[in-house]
Amino acid sequence: MRVMAQLAMVMNLDKCIGCHTCSVTCKQAWTNRAGTEYVWFNNVETRPGQGYPRTYQDQDKWKGGWELNRRGRLRLRAGGRLKKLLTIFANPLMPSIGDYYEPWTYDYDRLFSAPVTEDTPVARPRSLITGEPTKIKWSANWDDDLAGAPELAPADPVLRKLSDQVKLEFEQAFMFYLPRICEHCLNPSCVASCPSGAMYKRSEDGIVLVDQDRCRGWRMCVTGCPYKKVYFNHRTGKAEKCTFCYPRVEVGIPTVCSETCVGRLRYIGLVLYDADRVAEAASTPDEKALYEAQKSVMLDPRDPEVIAAARASGIPEDWLEAAANSPIHKLIFDYGVALPLHPEYRTMPMVWYIPPLSPMVDVLRETGHDGERAGNLFGAIDALRIPVGYLAELFSAGDPEPVRAVLRRLAAMRSYMRGINLAGERDESIPAAVGLKGDQIEEMYRLLAIAPYGERYVIPKAHAEEGARLEELATGCSLDYDGGPGMGGPFGEASGPPAPVAVENFHALRERQVADDLDRADELRGRVNLLNWDGKGTPDGLFPKRKDKS
Amino acid sequence: MNALDVTLWAVAPYVALTIFVLGHVWRYRYDKFGWTTRSSQMYESRLLRIGSPLFHFGILVVLLGHVGGLVIPKSWTEAVGVGEHAYHLAAVVLGTVAGLCTVAGLAILIYRRRTVGPVFTATTRNDKLMYALLALTIALGLAATVVANVIGGGYDYRTTISPWFRSVFYLQPKGDWMAGAPILFRLHALSAMVLFAVWPFTRLVHMLTAPVGYLTRPYIVYRSRDDRAGSRPPRRGWEPAGRP
Repeated sequence: MRVMAQLAMVMNLDKCIGCHTCSVTCKQAWTNRAGTEYVWFNNVETRPGQGYPRTYQDQDKWKGGWELNRRGRLRLRAGGRLKKLLTIFANPLMPSIGDYYEPWTYDYDRLFSAPVTEDTPVARPRSLITGEPTKIKWSANWDDDLAGAPELAPADPVLRKLSDQVKLEFEQAFMFYLPRICEHCLNPSCVASCPSGAMYKRSEDGIVLVDQDRCRGWRMCVTGCPYKKVYFNHRTGKAEKCTFCYPRVEVGIPTVCSETCVGRLRYIGLVLYDADRVAEAASTPDEKALYEAQKSVMLDPRDPEVIAAARASGIPEDWLEAAANSPIHKLIFDYGVALPLHPEYRTMPMVWYIPPLSPMVDVLRETGHDGERAGNLFGAIDALRIPVGYLAELFSAGDPEPVRAVLRRLAAMRSYMRGINLAGERDESIPAAVGLKGDQIEEMYRLLAIAPYGERYVIPKAHAEEGARLEELATGCSLDYDGGPGMGGPFGEASGPPAPVAVENFHALRERQVADDLDRADELRGRVNLLNWDGKGTPDGLFPKRKDKS
Repeated sequence: MNALDVTLWAVAPYVALTIFVLGHVWRYRYDKFGWTTRSSQMYESRLLRIGSPLFHFGILVVLLGHVGGLVIPKSWTEAVGVGEHAYHLAAVVLGTVAGLCTVAGLAILIYRRRTVGPVFTATTRNDKLMYALLALTIALGLAATVVANVIGGGYDYRTTISPWFRSVFYLQPKGDWMAGAPILFRLHALSAMVLFAVWPFTRLVHMLTAPVGYLTRPYIVYRSRDDRAGSRPPRRGWEPAGRP
């Protein structure tokens, strides 16, 4: 047993209102640069829909992820090492910019510079790829809220797996949102596809990253990832991907997408897993057994044997404690409501989802039934073949049983809690019907519905005893702006070693975010620039104020 | 051998080689982030899928041909029983086929670069210089072969150019052997020297990091954040206090 820790996320789809706040804040934080205009490390897709990039789930076309060869061993779907090297000069399976979308801006200057005329001046869209005037035809969420669904949704690869009759009913029946980030898989096919060895999984927290200094732009990772969550920066010629906001989680604050989620639907925590068993579990022959196989790789952080093995592999105590309190472990195991996205890709994804129950409730309500009564809901979950089938294609390789089990538990929680709130009675038969206890349901309700900050995010700090080394040094050149004299080739913006991430800033941010009173925000403004300090006395702000003793 | 010949065939090779080697060292140390193919496949892939493999596989064969022709002495091939005629036939046939593939691929790539809007926009001045030198070198090389073998009666460069090439590496450059070679061969060599001198500063650097290690490494790479926690070792003079 080789115990490793993995930072994982769970998203509760019932609470997603499709507001795209996560996408926008992520973009502002990470991809608002030249070359990444089309890149959304976090995107929210409406289901049914084609997704971003279009039809990325169609692995017969894109060949992402792993498959089993004739001997039952794992093999990259897009081809093994030799094939990768032979197709390195033109990757035949790489999505083009059109499969994502052509990013654009507007001719805003026209609004100011147009001469006085009778007509209102118009800011026309301009392509950010060619610089020419363009017609906007697609975007990362063009089919948002089922816009154009009669035309577009039939191309949804998940929908196409269901039968024709099911499709039609489904489009009338329901819709939900699917926010997606990189899955930070236990068996990442992007890492396996990288010819340069530039992509890696961090052994401390399992975050999958691209070493920008070693990436040579061969683009095989883009093909390898079945979720299409590795992107090619067409300006720098390097691969980029979701970083799980590592500078933030290293100091214990949640990712930008989680922090800004207005629905509070994201959970972050640690999972312990047995790294020696990953390949074996990922080669489980039956696709439908992959969900259970992945669960079997994850370890119980409260098991003394696991704890001893984890200590032996050098996982620090505070991390073990965080793993024991992990909301992720609770949602996957104790309450059994979280499912992986597309386990059939065999990458062992680590961003899991609680499938949405609300579509069922809506259907019941529309047909005049009480949508929150346990009996009605259980009946609906068993009878509504279509939504369950669709969710099963997403979360359990087409096996409806795990999805049904989760939905039943969510339904049980609704009606049990309604009983408590409205009638003041605890109908213990409801939790018993889904294999839980009443107090477990209440704990689950607290985690899912109330979702307190400290319980949603249990993120241990990285052991950065060398943190001082990382502090920001002024290494940039003021001429290196986009299009400036410093641009281009080995001499410009895209050159030289990267500036280190300023850990100090993130520490300050954390201080501010976890402080109870608003006043503390001012304190940071009073910081002293040491370059101007004459060395006499201790001016205000030289040291942060002591926290209250209490 | 006059002063010009000495400059061209006994001095320039060392200048080019020095820039080539030190340039790569400098680029690797200073600009790892810029070390990339800067692929434009995102913008256009229909033409690239024909042109790029054609060019790259072609030039790889051409490279092997140069190794066979320049590095391996004539006496060695003859010792293993490959006569002049057999060698010549193989070299001309293989060289012409590979050369034509390379030229055709390069033509497609240059056409694509000029006509496809986004690709042209993403082309820097550096790229244009590199393309010009590369195209010139390849064109001169192919012309030299064709002129010598098709129009002329064949030219045995293995008695003049190859020994000169090797003599450069023995540090005893025999410039006069090169000075007597046909003009197209000399121009080809000159153009190649210029190309080698600008090589480290262009996108051609991607050749030196061809990912052959991929064949042997394990699929999943794990790395500890302690090695390089988003940073590099402190620069000289910036080491934190309290550390020997």
